[in-house]
Amino acid sequence: MKTLGLALDHVTLKQGAGGRAMRALIEDVFLKDLPAPPARGIGAAAMDDGAALWLGDRYLVVTTDSHVVHPVFFPGGDIGRLSICGTVNDLAMMGATEVLALTCAVVLEEGYPRAELERIQSSIRKACREAGAAIVTGDTKVMGRGEIDGIVLNTTGIGLTERVVTDCGLAPGDRIVVTGAIGDHGLAIMAARHALALEGELASDVAPLNGLVRAALDAAGGAITAMKDPTRGGLSSALHEMAEKSRVGIVLEERAIPVHDAVRAAGDLLGIDPLHVANEGKAVMGVRPEAVDRVLEALRAHPLGREARAVGVCVAERPGSIVLDTGFGRRLLAEPEGEPLPRIC
Amino acid sequence: MPLPRIDAAAREIKFRNPELARRLSSRIAELTAEIGRSPVSVMHVCGSHEQAIARWGLRATFPRDLNVIMGPGCPVCITDMPEVDEGVALARQGVVIATYGDMVKVPGTVMSLAGAQAEGADIRVVYSAGQAVELARAESKEVVFFATGFETTAVATAAVLRGPVPPNFSVLSAHKYIPPVMEIVAEMPETRVEGFLAAGHAATITGWGIFEPFVQRHRIPVVVAGFEPLDILSGLARLIELVRDGTPRVVNMFPRCVTREGNRRAQEELWSVFRPVGGRWRGIAHVPNGNLRLTDAWAHLDARRRFTIDLAGLWDYAPATLAADCICGNIMSGIASPTDCTLFGKECVPDTPVGACMVSSEGTCKIWHQYGGIPNLGDMA
Repeated sequence: MKTLGLALDHVTLKQGAGGRAMRALIEDVFLKDLPAPPARGIGAAAMDDGAALWLGDRYLVVTTDSHVVHPVFFPGGDIGRLSICGTVNDLAMMGATEVLALTCAVVLEEGYPRAELERIQSSIRKACREAGAAIVTGDTKVMGRGEIDGIVLNTTGIGLTERVVTDCGLAPGDRIVVTGAIGDHGLAIMAARHALALEGELASDVAPLNGLVRAALDAAGGAITAMKDPTRGGLSSALHEMAEKSRVGIVLEERAIPVHDAVRAAGDLLGIDPLHVANEGKAVMGVRPEAVDRVLEALRAHPLGREARAVGVCVAERPGSIVLDTGFGRRLLAEPEGEPLPRIC
Repeated sequence: MPLPRIDAAAREIKFRNPELARRLSSRIAELTAEIGRSPVSVMHVCGSHEQAIARWGLRATFPRDLNVIMGPGCPVCITDMPEVDEGVALARQGVVIATYGDMVKVPGTVMSLAGAQAEGADIRVVYSAGQAVELARAESKEVVFFATGFETTAVATAAVLRGPVPPNFSVLSAHKYIPPVMEIVAEMPETRVEGFLAAGHAATITGWGIFEPFVQRHRIPVVVAGFEPLDILSGLARLIELVRDGTPRVVNMFPRCVTREGNRRAQEELWSVFRPVGGRWRGIAHVPNGNLRLTDAWAHLDARRRFTIDLAGLWDYAPATLAADCICGNIMSGIASPTDCTLFGKECVPDTPVGACMVSSEGTCKIWHQYGGIPNLGDMA
């Protein structure tokens, strides 16, 4: 992958935004001189949602995620709920829907209000209950005032699965399914962060998806060919990554993509495409055409999957590209670069 | 700012009807074929039109013989380097610069505002002139609103200046005025433009009557159009019809917002705060009356008069050499495409833009880079 001619002497915010620049940084720095990947399984070089280690009869899936979010409390959730759901969902995206254990490490800034910490902890407990997961160990550090911004949470999760689902198994003909409305988390955060007073109807979708994903996997009987949670960079980044790794093109029907009216309105107002912003309670799946109906039925029967839709199809042409059919014409869907900035007019 | 309640069903019926769009696209193809020349070139002068055309993938439906050129319609792109330099110099002098998100990465002679920020300057992104005033109220330091945009946005700046503002607030105006630049483009010897699609929101302020003298002088039709996909398609169809018939006139295809006279009150506010002066538009030309500057009555809120802006200190650096090869000007004048540029997609990419057209989400180069130019997507799957 080319490095885009970035000024590489210093790390930029863009390299943490989940897109191409971040993948380039990981390849250039962290994947260098890694030991050979496990004989049968998935290592860091695959840059999937986590790693899978073959145990002889099953896979052990491991994933880790650090969480920083501004604001820490946002409509629909907070950093505590986010840190649990993020890791549970990364496990689920690889097929490990039973969470064996979680760890939780917290780094705090001196002076952090104790009441906020307790509020975050209670939301961690609630999210764990929803996911059927438990934190089994953790770590706490406090840094001096100004040395860190408020709070950073890291969670690691492990789970077991008999069949690993990757993000690179798409084949021409596969349908693309999203498990619900797109753009809720990103636009809720953006509205809250910039005090746009649009919050009213906007709320993050942050939720643990392991139950929903299990229902889909059971209904599919092996017909789910790839899975990813469209977090940073949104549906667009997730699909680009899946299409690029799977060497397929994807034609998306824009009018089929569920987007809540409030999200669409806020996006129009800010000049930000809901397909470019994070989701924290949605999955995107590749499904063999013959299984689409039963997967959708299983998803819609679950409270978190009521708005599930088939939104596109994989094609052999233009591998790595996403073509958006708007109903009025067609264009290539751009892959977001950096944090989205609102347009002037 | 309450969230507008959108009645999705009503909007779908009125503006988002794909069947109507298909009929309009066929009509555009018929009319272009009837003209029987290739290419038929028309120009729009509004970043929001280009954004909507790209957003809805309309170029994939245009006939091959129709060339819809994006003119100098991106206010960020035509902000000249010395204007960016003024913002950078002020920021380095310690004032807080508040500006629109698109402006942050626009290259100046030496650096962009983002560059100044990396060196420690205080740059804030705002969404409106009003938000810049709020920021000033909350700050003890001097806050300068680096204001860009055409007459549509300038009116908002004017309205804010006419209200109460805190003493630490001032404006660095890089506002631009569109009508004079249409004359410049029409008079360019290489121009191929046979018709203009004018921006509906600017005409909401100025009125469509403002284009009548232009049409008389240049014998080129002007159609005022809105920004929904059907607005643009119907505007283009009408414009190509006028080209076919050889009957140049102004046609208002956005009557739900635009009148002949425009918004008188907004015009009064605009011209009470701003006066048109000549100035360079980046890469285009010196545009007589193309820049909007604060009038003497508002000198106390004019950052150019409040501060001594030290540009000499900036220009001690060697100027960027790549900029000499940049053809943004020709692209914005409609006589070249991004793919004609030797820097496009190589030295000049969205991460490290050389020209302003690669910076703004309304810039032609950025849009082409993101959407792959005019890919033929019609026959896939």
